[in-house]
Amino acid sequence: MAETAVVEKKQAVSEPLFGKKEKKLITDPLGDNNPITIQVLGICSALAVTSLVVPSLVMSVAVVFVCAFSSLFTSLIRTKIPKQVRMIVMLVIIATLVTVVELMLKYLNYPIYKQLSVYIGLIITNCIVMGRLEAFAMANKPWRSFLDGVGNGLGYGVILVAIAVIREIFGKGTLFAGSAVEMKIIGASNEVTSYWINTAAESGIGSWFSWYSNNNLMVLPAAAMFIIGIMIWIQRSYRPHLVDIS
Amino acid sequence: MHSTNYVIMFVLALTSLVAIGLTTLREVTFDTAEMNKAIFNKREVIKAVADHIGLEPGQKVADLPNERVLEIFENDIKQIVLDMDGNEVDQNTVQKVYKGGLAEHIDMSKEKKKDEKDRLLPLYVYSKGGNTKYIVSVIGSGLWDEIWGNVAMESDLNTVVGASFDHKGETPGLGAEIKDNPVFAAKFRGKQIYGDGEIKLNVRKGGAKDATYDVDGISGATVTADGVTEMLQRGIAYYNPYFSKIKSSK
Repeated sequence: MAETAVVEKKQAVSEPLFGKKEKKLITDPLGDNNPITIQVLGICSALAVTSLVVPSLVMSVAVVFVCAFSSLFTSLIRTKIPKQVRMIVMLVIIATLVTVVELMLKYLNYPIYKQLSVYIGLIITNCIVMGRLEAFAMANKPWRSFLDGVGNGLGYGVILVAIAVIREIFGKGTLFAGSAVEMKIIGASNEVTSYWINTAAESGIGSWFSWYSNNNLMVLPAAAMFIIGIMIWIQRSYRPHLVDIS
Repeated sequence: MHSTNYVIMFVLALTSLVAIGLTTLREVTFDTAEMNKAIFNKREVIKAVADHIGLEPGQKVADLPNERVLEIFENDIKQIVLDMDGNEVDQNTVQKVYKGGLAEHIDMSKEKKKDEKDRLLPLYVYSKGGNTKYIVSVIGSGLWDEIWGNVAMESDLNTVVGASFDHKGETPGLGAEIKDNPVFAAKFRGKQIYGDGEIKLNVRKGGAKDATYDVDGISGATVTADGVTEMLQRGIAYYNPYFSKIKSSK
């Protein structure tokens, strides 16, 4: 362990801490190498948690954390990991970090933990995390692996929140429901939604398009599938080189 | 390729390290987490009597500071544990099963797995200024997993003054509305529980027909709503023996 640390230190001097390559590690997953729209990974949770914005945001933060630190730790011990059991070792690291997230949520904000408990556990099964460890962290140095983890976590989070915004507005007519800044965006002030209308009126934000009635399809996971499909379509029409010809 | 011995040692070392780390973290955070959980549960009970605890206009139970929640529970709420025959169970007996031995310590989900005749029932009596409300806890099944709730009633043991619901894994936006949309719980206010000697309070799909007993269902969440009805009718009936004792002693 000590030996490799020394070797890395020597090389680190010749490499910039945040050069062009490092920057690319963050920006690539946000665009041309997005884990959801290009690699089509992490779809399961992208369908499951995106009916509301607030849980999606917390989920994104948790995934960035798990992805970044599992990459860092895996990269730190990558030369020591026996190849035969590397998957299990990665899984142990991921599961540990997910448990840390769960414990910290219980400690810091119990209501959010109650709201998300099922989804947090789902991070373990998120293919993006495992995929980055196998494809990148096992072959790269800790700092760059960490950046790669952050980038992919963000790439996942950006899409997640974008889907959630669309689904929440058209499915419930609200935005940030369940948080302190919840607001009513569109929809009629019928009895069922009057609570949201009242809170919107209090916060000074009116409701537009009162003729709109909530689309229940948007609440169901299938809507996320359509939205992801449309996102992939738009992205590939602007970036023809991403289209897989085979 | 590493040797088998190396693999075994590596895995053992890694898992021990992880186990020690996680155990330590859990130990350090445990007390605060338990406290958070207790306050969370107390808040759920208080939500059922939200109209009577002197909230300022626009203030929600969720916004109450933790100290205030503990204070209300300490001063205004009497906790009683009942058995299925309507007898009060003393704290020491309950303590054998649940640490603490009060109604708030009862794990409803464990009680649900017991035989019906052996169950323990938590009852909270809220009284302030000669104003008495009874809060009962109920548990049942929704579409995906458990749902549970607290129902508060007037001292006539018939008129609902409020309710709060929660769930483990109902669909967000559909079944989860029983918790997320406060309007659903608010609709229970003023409903009657008993009619002709049986529990008639229910959640009705397609809108309330009988304003005395029916609560509007949630569109797209029929199974969860039926679960709520079943939970209320079965769960409140458990308290019948105790309620008839109170009524006859009056």
